[in-house]
Amino acid sequence: MAIDCLVLGAGQEVGKSCVVVTINGKRIMFDCGMHMAYNDHRQYPDFSRISKSCDFNNAIDCIVITHFHLDHIGALPYFTEICGYNGPIYMTYPTRALAPIMLEDYRKVLVDRRGEVEQFTSDHIAECMKKVIAVDLKQTVQVDKDLQIRAYYAGHVLGAAMFYAKVGDSAMVYTGDYNMTPDRHLGAARIDRLQLDLLITDFDFHGICLVFQFTFCKCYNSEIEYRNSLFIDYAAAVSDTVDYIIVSYLISLPCPEMEALAFGLRSTYATTVRDSKYAREREFLKAAASSVLHTAVASILSFVVIIVVHKCVAGGGKVLIPAFALGRAQELCILLDDYWERMNLRVPIYFSAVHNFDRSLIDAPGPCVLFATPGMLTGGFSLEVFKHWAPSEMNLITLPGYCLAGTIGNKLMSGNPTIELEGTKIDVRCQIHQLAFSPHTDGKGIMDLVKFLSPQHVILVHGEKPKMATLKERIQSELGIKCCDPANNESVCIPSTHYVKAGASDAFIRSCLNPNFQFLKSGSEEKSVSGSKCTEGTLPLWIKDERVAEGILVLEKSEKAKVVHQDELLLMLGEKRHEVQFAYCCPVNVDELEKFTTTSLTPTARMLRDPNKSSLIRLLVAKLSRKLSEGNIQDFGEHLQVESFHLSVCLKDTCPYRITNGLEDKPRTAFFCCTWSAADDKLARKIISAMENRDLVET
Amino acid sequence: MGMLGLPFLTRMEGFSAKIYITEAAARIGQLMMEELICMNMEYRQFYGAEESSGPQWMKWEELELLPSALRKIALGEDGSELGGGCPCIAHVKDCISKVQTLRFGEEACYNGILIIKAFSSGLDIGACNWIISGAKGNIAYISGSNFASGHAMDFDYRAIQGSDLILYSDLSSLDSTEDIDQSSFSDDNNNWEELMNSLSNYDESVEEMEKLAFICSCAIDSVKAGGSVLIPINRVGVFLQLLEQIAIFMECSSLKIPIYIISSVAEELLAYTNTIPEWLCKQRQEKLFSGDPLFAHVKLIKEKKIHVFPAVHSPKLLMNWQEPCIVFSPHWSLRLGPTIHLLRRWSGDHNSLLVLENEVDAELAVLPFKPISMKVLQCSFLSGKKLQKVQPLLKILQPKLVLFPEEWRTHVSFSDVTSFSVSHYSENETIHIPSLKESAELEIAADIASKFQWRMLKQKKLNITRLKGRLFVNHGKHQLLPENEPGGSSQTRPFLHWGSPDPENLLAELSKMGINGSVERCMTDAESEDGFTVKVQDPEKSMIEVRAAVTVISAADKNLASRIVKAMENILEGI
Repeated sequence: MAIDCLVLGAGQEVGKSCVVVTINGKRIMFDCGMHMAYNDHRQYPDFSRISKSCDFNNAIDCIVITHFHLDHIGALPYFTEICGYNGPIYMTYPTRALAPIMLEDYRKVLVDRRGEVEQFTSDHIAECMKKVIAVDLKQTVQVDKDLQIRAYYAGHVLGAAMFYAKVGDSAMVYTGDYNMTPDRHLGAARIDRLQLDLLITDFDFHGICLVFQFTFCKCYNSEIEYRNSLFIDYAAAVSDTVDYIIVSYLISLPCPEMEALAFGLRSTYATTVRDSKYAREREFLKAAASSVLHTAVASILSFVVIIVVHKCVAGGGKVLIPAFALGRAQELCILLDDYWERMNLRVPIYFSAVHNFDRSLIDAPGPCVLFATPGMLTGGFSLEVFKHWAPSEMNLITLPGYCLAGTIGNKLMSGNPTIELEGTKIDVRCQIHQLAFSPHTDGKGIMDLVKFLSPQHVILVHGEKPKMATLKERIQSELGIKCCDPANNESVCIPSTHYVKAGASDAFIRSCLNPNFQFLKSGSEEKSVSGSKCTEGTLPLWIKDERVAEGILVLEKSEKAKVVHQDELLLMLGEKRHEVQFAYCCPVNVDELEKFTTTSLTPTARMLRDPNKSSLIRLLVAKLSRKLSEGNIQDFGEHLQVESFHLSVCLKDTCPYRITNGLEDKPRTAFFCCTWSAADDKLARKIISAMENRDLVET
Repeated sequence: MGMLGLPFLTRMEGFSAKIYITEAAARIGQLMMEELICMNMEYRQFYGAEESSGPQWMKWEELELLPSALRKIALGEDGSELGGGCPCIAHVKDCISKVQTLRFGEEACYNGILIIKAFSSGLDIGACNWIISGAKGNIAYISGSNFASGHAMDFDYRAIQGSDLILYSDLSSLDSTEDIDQSSFSDDNNNWEELMNSLSNYDESVEEMEKLAFICSCAIDSVKAGGSVLIPINRVGVFLQLLEQIAIFMECSSLKIPIYIISSVAEELLAYTNTIPEWLCKQRQEKLFSGDPLFAHVKLIKEKKIHVFPAVHSPKLLMNWQEPCIVFSPHWSLRLGPTIHLLRRWSGDHNSLLVLENEVDAELAVLPFKPISMKVLQCSFLSGKKLQKVQPLLKILQPKLVLFPEEWRTHVSFSDVTSFSVSHYSENETIHIPSLKESAELEIAADIASKFQWRMLKQKKLNITRLKGRLFVNHGKHQLLPENEPGGSSQTRPFLHWGSPDPENLLAELSKMGINGSVERCMTDAESEDGFTVKVQDPEKSMIEVRAAVTVISAADKNLASRIVKAMENILEGI
């Protein structure tokens, strides 16, 4: 049994996430993204590797989409409408609601702004979305008889989910982008402790949302407006879609900021929010405490950005902030706005899409701050503004912490003073500041998740090879979990769990659950425990309760394998148990026994000239308990017992088990009749040799 | 609203059981409970404490609200429990804090051995059927279920399919006994997919819509005649649909009549119901995807066509009040809340209309308000499956055993059903169900399975092997995993023997091992007729005593003893 994992995208790179996993014959495609840096065939995953004949409906059982970012969903309409996949597609409700907006926006940018040929039409998007089955978080969805999937909250963007998939006994999780530290926007990822064969985790979580969705820009802006107490008026102007989506989802997210947002959105919701607020805040604080370092670092870095921005506008410059990952952009908005309020600044902050930022404003005099899309200056409005503002030294451009190779953003980061754009050279003289804050690059979140889930194998995707190598090493050395980072179009095969199924009888299950106490004497004979008198037999005991399941597996022709208790087996066979026992009548010199024990026994025992049964047993117990480290010696007066070893005083003149001759004549010899079962032979022989003083070694 | 009695239970001392409720039902249920308490407090304010001046029947009415089991507890155990009366808001808070909420299809694990899952029943928002599965099979509990709902997510019958046992408890439609026409469902129809379609055809939802439309048209007639309409709020889903429909009707007849919702929790309820697409039917989910609000009330409130007020005495309501009007308010029993005041006001007006659900005894309900000239319209909405659909549905669900309510025995006959067996249950009676599965499913780790040492038993054609490991009971499954420290007993020797040793065989086996002895049948004890003793002289003196069920080996030397055991094992069967 094995899990085959074919990486079609995001293997040792960031972009076009797409992994096809085969578990026990079921084939699942996780994500179907596009690469934003390419315009040719490289922008889509190489689907032909799934099926030579392009019969995708038979090749793939289902598609699972983790979130609405284009590098995770961008190729979906192409795959369904042009490649002809008709099977089920699963995503969360928020993703289902947002994906079409996202895809449509992207298509528009391609066609309307860049004038490129569209790869899919609006109808394609609509048709594609009809194939989607929306799922709730934690809902166990039975895709078919054997395949089960479940979504877990990932905290990356609205609706982002990690997906668990299980076929037979093999199970895996594909994370998509996730967030292990709650920020001011969304809560941290939450997942159950699962038994996993494989964990496929994204390495780099910089959301490369190149086309900043204008609707969302509105959302984010609305928070700022809210903080300026203008929110209620603003909310009325926002389209129903946004209004609705915010309320539906943000309200249920465990984050005070979002609660505040929801709180302000409609007084209607005041009560709903208020009720849960306390509990949520506590939860948030708890989580925050564990990541206080992260947060602190992030805020310091953010503050640096703000100071830089302030400096620039104070000098009359214009600031261009290409918007990148939704959550981060929003966080910056909040911080900037806070600062503006505190410093009583009047310099306008614009959002290109919301305020219908007039193109004439680009060259208007005076300072301003502009959030514009896309984040890496790959085109669109941010690039347009960049062309105008870059030549002036007064202006400032902030760049995201990460820019894909080949993008303008990347060129700027490498310090290129002149950029060639559509044939014209741009002399970049403006200040450039790279936003360094991203609490994820150190891999702590990934390590936390891997440690928590403790899968058998880890596959790293969605990251650049050199960066992933360190983490790969750490996962292997620190956690002892096998880890690999396959390149695109590479296939990885890992072994998977398989259980042998059998029916188990009640008697067997019951016998397994019986307590199996073992009393072990502690190693030291010292009278321990300061202050309290320790008498014989009150030495500290180690009590072990390791329940061992022992049974018999029965395989009958044409019947299901069955596990039974051994007593049941005999019933099945119609046979009676035949016990094999040992017996031995052991001679012991009483003098020696007494001599041995005088030191520890009370004088009364010694005074007995004619020792009776129980005192003999007592003497023996005292001796044995010194000599034996294992076994629990039980004194029953008339006899003693260690496991199945049973011993009593033998007063018969001729005992059939008295094998060794010639001892009868010796004075003061007592005989002890011993029986034991074959299982405890080793122990019994030890006891006997101790009794016969054959071991000679005395303590 | 099957959870209104819960605080009575949770406030009892020593209550410690787990409570599972779907997320939506818990939220709406909490609102309902809060409203009940709010109304009860108001009632006390008006009429004093229940004990003193409250009319006697009122108390009884309170009791009527409780499920029967609880009523028994309240009355049976301690009279003073009743004196405590309605739980207070703290009780409700406490109750909700003890609840574990679930989403549809979410697995909750109880004590490692049971998996509990909720699946939509389609009756109301958050209403569900339950599946409890363990290692020995699974049980489905079917409560009132609805095939096609205009609000809640549809009845998820696929999840219930193939359960070992179905506890059928959809008791609601007993009053709507109709002629059972089974001819339309032919028995030999094995294509259940087709059968299901015929069951969940849209007749029912069309019928429901027609009922709603009828109520709306009656309401419109009343307001046109200058009367007002009072609609007590009962089921949330029906209430929300009715709200939408009435607004549409008003639009069509271009009436400008205000719709008031008077309830302390309405505002929250309306807001909440618009944020839960996961719990709603397909059509409403589509609204989410196309960017529309899930329910029309959002828009209607915005347009000020619907007005929401917490109480009759809200200043804003008094300022806003216009008649004729349409009012939605609690409580459907007509004994609590704003309905009382409004009924008093309108009961004399023959143009006004009161809309009641069928499950309320209208005669009794309006008794305190008599004489009444107001019109009373009673309607019944589907609160479960229709009788004629019960049998075909169960056939589709393919259980092994069905537990069916005794009082329905005469209505639904299972005489021609062969695919599953049926037992009838009745209230306060325990019935014993035969074991669903003979044995629990055990998953054995491959590591253990690879080390099996099979032993073939010739006479029975059985293969047997010893099995050792640690048993884990986890997430409803039994798993046998390898021991932590594989104890040194790698040379597994059989410890269980059976068979009857024969003296000649034993001697032969012994001599093969170089042990020589002689057989003595000298046992005088009557108990051991077939017993014998082997006295060994060579290589050392020892003795083997063989009786019917036990062999005793007596040898001083360890090695000799173990050699004798070997010889015994060769002539006995064992594992």
